[in-house]
Amino acid sequence: MITTALFLAFAALLVGCSLMVILHRNPVTSALFLVLAFCSLAGIYLLLQAEFLAMVQVIVYAGAIMVLFLFVIMYLNLKRDVEDGMPHVLRRFVGWGIGALLLIEGAVYFGRRWALGATLPEPAPTVGNTAAIGQILYSRYLFPFEITSVLLIVAILGAVLIGRGRVAPVTPPEGSS
Amino acid sequence: MSQLAALWSHPDFQFVFWALVKILIILHAMLGVVSYLIYAERKVAGHMQARTGPNRVGPMGLLQPAADVLKLFFKEEFIPDGANKVIFHIAPMLAVIPALVTFSVVPFGPTDAFRVTDINVGLLLFLALSSLGVYSITLGGWSSNNKYALLGGLRSSAQMISYELAMGLSTIGVLLLSGSLSLVDIVHAQEKMWFAVYQPVAFVIFMITAFAETNRAPFDLPEAEAELVAGFHTEYSSMKFGLFFLGEFANVLSICCIATTLFLGGWNGPWLPDSLKFLWFFAKLSVLVFFFIWVRWTYPRLRYDQLMDLGWKVLLPVSILNILVTALVVFWRGQG
Amino acid sequence: MSLPAVVPLSWYLLLSAVLFTIGVVGVLVRRNALVIFMSIELMLNAANLAFVAFARDLQSLDGQVFVFFVMTVAAAEVAIGLAIIVNVFRLKETVYVDEINLLKG
Repeated sequence: MITTALFLAFAALLVGCSLMVILHRNPVTSALFLVLAFCSLAGIYLLLQAEFLAMVQVIVYAGAIMVLFLFVIMYLNLKRDVEDGMPHVLRRFVGWGIGALLLIEGAVYFGRRWALGATLPEPAPTVGNTAAIGQILYSRYLFPFEITSVLLIVAILGAVLIGRGRVAPVTPPEGSS
Repeated sequence: MSQLAALWSHPDFQFVFWALVKILIILHAMLGVVSYLIYAERKVAGHMQARTGPNRVGPMGLLQPAADVLKLFFKEEFIPDGANKVIFHIAPMLAVIPALVTFSVVPFGPTDAFRVTDINVGLLLFLALSSLGVYSITLGGWSSNNKYALLGGLRSSAQMISYELAMGLSTIGVLLLSGSLSLVDIVHAQEKMWFAVYQPVAFVIFMITAFAETNRAPFDLPEAEAELVAGFHTEYSSMKFGLFFLGEFANVLSICCIATTLFLGGWNGPWLPDSLKFLWFFAKLSVLVFFFIWVRWTYPRLRYDQLMDLGWKVLLPVSILNILVTALVVFWRGQG
Repeated sequence: MSLPAVVPLSWYLLLSAVLFTIGVVGVLVRRNALVIFMSIELMLNAANLAFVAFARDLQSLDGQVFVFFVMTVAAAEVAIGLAIIVNVFRLKETVYVDEINLLKG
């Protein structure tokens, strides 16, 4: 009973913050609402008995990725978005239309397929959530784990190289069209 | 009346009620300790510099924190032109909240009465909250619409996220030895011997990164007076500045609590019965906090590039090596 | 109306669908490249939520392990994507995606 009430509260917060992310004009405010959305998602993970994932969600998404976003927004000194003109009105119309279509489709599909049925009772946990994930991660998913670490090294190298930029700005030669 | 009795007999309600009582007690106690930490710092700093420190307000200057708070309340509060008002107001609050929430998982004593809760990912919660602590400085610096504040804020957040890595990795050694992320289990695993003895390198790295995380000297370039006016809190006045200040000391206290729990054995100690073991916790906590104050008034400030070099080129590889060595030792001991 | 004792799976999936839709609308409607990027992160999180909900429903931790990998990949992708956006800004002085049209015929 309390779990359901908490779920509804977190879900309302999540949907509200996500809407503010895409609706607000100032990119910094969008980023901060996204941080709040990630934290409420971490709360929902806790309700799903995924404690390790909830904490990792806060550490990685809310604590590192969004800080990176904020750094870039402040570094580029972005002000309020300017969105006007006919192309934008058309884009808004099409965008919300497609969104509404997707939402109706999702609601019908999920509502009909998995209606309010009984969920399986949870077995008593033998080891903690983190230990259980660790056991699977390092045995069955060892290869993806190692590949992910290679991916991260590639990402670090790539970000450093791309972020450094060129030594001199590229200017087109005179007289070319 | 009978409804109240029915509500009281509901086990969930009892749990929530006692949790709220414990939260109130621990929060008030820790906030009181934080305000007297400020007094302690000024007294200790004074004696280290061959002077007495505050001794006018009240006996031995003990009412100084009250005088400071009253002064801050009465100062004029102004908001710079062009500042983002909402974020300007929120940033100081974000400085205090993560530090205070950390107190909810710290075990002060052996039984349930001495801690608010014990979650099985307590260590990860502490790391998550220290990650969230970056926002207050970043937003405070940016929302002030001031070049010096922005620079100070960005520098400080870059410093904090760089040292967060080494801090997290240094706690993994403790995790390997105790086998659990729950802070209570970690304290129980130190009943024979403190982890500071088994993991000296990790302890040293944790303390160094603790200084960097709390923006205390010798890593306080972002708020250095001579460098960047006052860094990210240049434009803050009155109680907002007070909140930043309070947040910094609350951060110091919460990191020292975690360091005591992880490395110094928490509430373990001889001679005292279980109900008084929290005195051992506070004794170790005082030693660590005194060490923080001592280091601040002893060492010169690190330059920013020296700071980042230290974090990335020294502390990070050393903490990774520490994990490797600890894992090998634990594995061999498990084999034999 | 009384709430059910256990939250049924379809509620989690519906929330995931709503979140995904909000992300899609964000990508389609906004001009700012950074906000588009944030909407992509919303979509990834919607997928993560579906994974974790199924992991709990089918009593298998494989879903949670996959979420772990998705988070790692998302972090790497954000780092590189933001580096690219910073580079484009250095070149074109704008982050609006409809002004970055050098390749247009």
